[in-house]
Amino acid sequence: MTEGTGAAEDAARGQPPRSLRSLLFSMELDTRMLGMVALVAIIWVGFNVMSGGLFLTARNLWNLSVQSSSIAIMATGMVLIIVSRNIDLSVGSILGLTGYVMGMAQAVWIPKSLGLGFDQPYTWIVVLALGLLLGAAIGGFQGFIVAYSKVPAFIVTLGGLLVWRGLIFEIAQGQTISPMDKTYALLGGGPTGSLGEWPSWILGIVACAGIAFMLITSRRRRRKYGFPVRPTWAFVTVIVLGCAAVLGFVWVTNSYHWPEALAHQYAVSHNIAEPPGGLQIPVGIAIPVVIMIGVTLVMTFIATRRRFGRYVFAIGGNPEAAELGGINVRWTIMLTFAVVGILAAISGAVQTARLDSAVTSLGTQAELDVIAAAVIGGTSFSGGIGTIPGAVLGAVVMQSLRSGMVLLRVDSPIQDIVVGIVLVAAVGIDSFLRRRAAR
Amino acid sequence: MSSQGVIMAEMQAPNVALPLVEMRDIRIAFGGVHAVEGVTVDLHAGEVVGLVGGNGAGKSTLMRALSGAHAPDSGEIRIDDRPVTIANPRDAKALGIETIYQTLALADNVDAAANMFLGRELTTRVGSLDDAAMESMTRKVMGRLNPRFKNFKTPVMSLSGGQRQSVAIARAVHFNARILIMDEPTAALGPAETVQVRNLIKQLKNEGIGIFLISHDIHDVFDLADRIGVMLHGKLVGIVDKTKVTTDEVLAMIIMGKLPGEVSQKELAELHG
Repeated sequence: MTEGTGAAEDAARGQPPRSLRSLLFSMELDTRMLGMVALVAIIWVGFNVMSGGLFLTARNLWNLSVQSSSIAIMATGMVLIIVSRNIDLSVGSILGLTGYVMGMAQAVWIPKSLGLGFDQPYTWIVVLALGLLLGAAIGGFQGFIVAYSKVPAFIVTLGGLLVWRGLIFEIAQGQTISPMDKTYALLGGGPTGSLGEWPSWILGIVACAGIAFMLITSRRRRRKYGFPVRPTWAFVTVIVLGCAAVLGFVWVTNSYHWPEALAHQYAVSHNIAEPPGGLQIPVGIAIPVVIMIGVTLVMTFIATRRRFGRYVFAIGGNPEAAELGGINVRWTIMLTFAVVGILAAISGAVQTARLDSAVTSLGTQAELDVIAAAVIGGTSFSGGIGTIPGAVLGAVVMQSLRSGMVLLRVDSPIQDIVVGIVLVAAVGIDSFLRRRAAR
Repeated sequence: MSSQGVIMAEMQAPNVALPLVEMRDIRIAFGGVHAVEGVTVDLHAGEVVGLVGGNGAGKSTLMRALSGAHAPDSGEIRIDDRPVTIANPRDAKALGIETIYQTLALADNVDAAANMFLGRELTTRVGSLDDAAMESMTRKVMGRLNPRFKNFKTPVMSLSGGQRQSVAIARAVHFNARILIMDEPTAALGPAETVQVRNLIKQLKNEGIGIFLISHDIHDVFDLADRIGVMLHGKLVGIVDKTKVTTDEVLAMIIMGKLPGEVSQKELAELHG
């Protein structure tokens, strides 16, 4: 906190501070998170320049948001696993198995085996519940072995990676299941699987109100106990910045319009007269992105505001202290794996819905992207350190690199080389900065 | 064992009330090594029993059985004359047994309040963590224990040894402990902080809390304890009333395992080389 002294004086006087550093201090923004945001900005602008303006388009950013969502959803859970000094290598296989089972359920079991027919109004929710239950069971089972039999998580989930993938092939016999239920398919995004213009704006405004409400409540609480709060100007700035980010995102997704052919089809089927240049229908926020945002909020809440999350971090900081403090360490560890199982199932639903089919290779190597996202997002393998929003940003970084290189027509092997180097460099720089900050 | 029993009875403080804690014939082995071999000790309310002995004598292991960190292989623990089972730290805490471990047992990556309430978090009506209430309570407790403590928002990792110790002590005394185990509570402290902890021990004793005090510092123990238990090679050499022995006699117990009556003047003289 040595750098804080000058800033604290500024803050105490209620004056806008002099330097950038003390400005950030007054706003109590996480400098790590700001660093991540800056990294994303650099990557985006860099790709935009190199691709001659192809990257920062509404269409590309909208696609980027959809492509990031599946990895980001799982990465929020991987944070808890890594924070508690474990690892889960099986998320890709759990994603594949739950996705395949959900595909079977809606395309074969419910309509044919049970003879209930296709596209029933309840199909999607029944299928989703089944998938999440299966994910929780698989994750919980692996977690049980890790927590209660002391087989290292690396081994248990490496076994899981093989077992669950093998099980998919056993069930599938090489078949691809298609198509998915009509409502279920909306979970995957696409122009029809998005909120559209006004619902997106409404969601954005609700989110703004939520941000303001949460910040004001927490400020009031701290005031009540007489704790120091950040100066009013900094407080207002934080709210304004948060809202600007949210509304900016909504604006971008609404700037992306339905593809011409689809818009034409829609106009014809709804008897709408097409203006010259075709009907312009804003796409809005994709449903998988809405799911990802929801998951991020819930997981952040669990990680920071619930006992479970506090225990996960305490276990990561000092497992023995957690045990001596009276925490049921084994039960907590088991739950973290169950949570990741559920999240893998959600991602399985998103991916099968997006492909409109269930394939045996679904989620292959997803575990690597998920772990990379968590780690780029600041989750430390030595335990006890990591944030959920950081992991989501990490997923965005990973996906930005991949999609940017696709735009630049970089070959796939070179893409892997770049992503690998960035991963190691990001963690290297991060741990260097951490050591320096600790001194 | 029988001769020790007799001496213990003779030397016990004249306290007619029932003991708060009785540990009877406790045995703990790690693999083939007997860390604690048939130790029997007791503790009364408002009493400090010092436990001394060399490294590996079994003091900490014995206390870990009482704090729930390690279940004994055999033996009986009685609280208020009722047999109890202490299988884990949760059981111990439920019985009003709090422990300050030599390692402090702090989660280094979270702040003082999170450590103080670890496993016993305050929550709001909907079951969410009430961090503001916990911080407020921590500020109050710290204001009493260590008024100079100010770093409420930083992970305890970045605190000084003394501040970390304050957090560990605050955690132990805040939850209305009836029985307190302190394992080398002043080992990491400077002189001023050591005085603070000593005063705290005296204060807690006056409040009627029973305290087991493990220490290497024999002067500490003589200053603070009412009775002194000496352990050697996993066995209890004896428990003596501190007013009836000299430091040399206790040293003889620690080093030679001989009770005050058994040791010769020559042997006592040799202790000082």
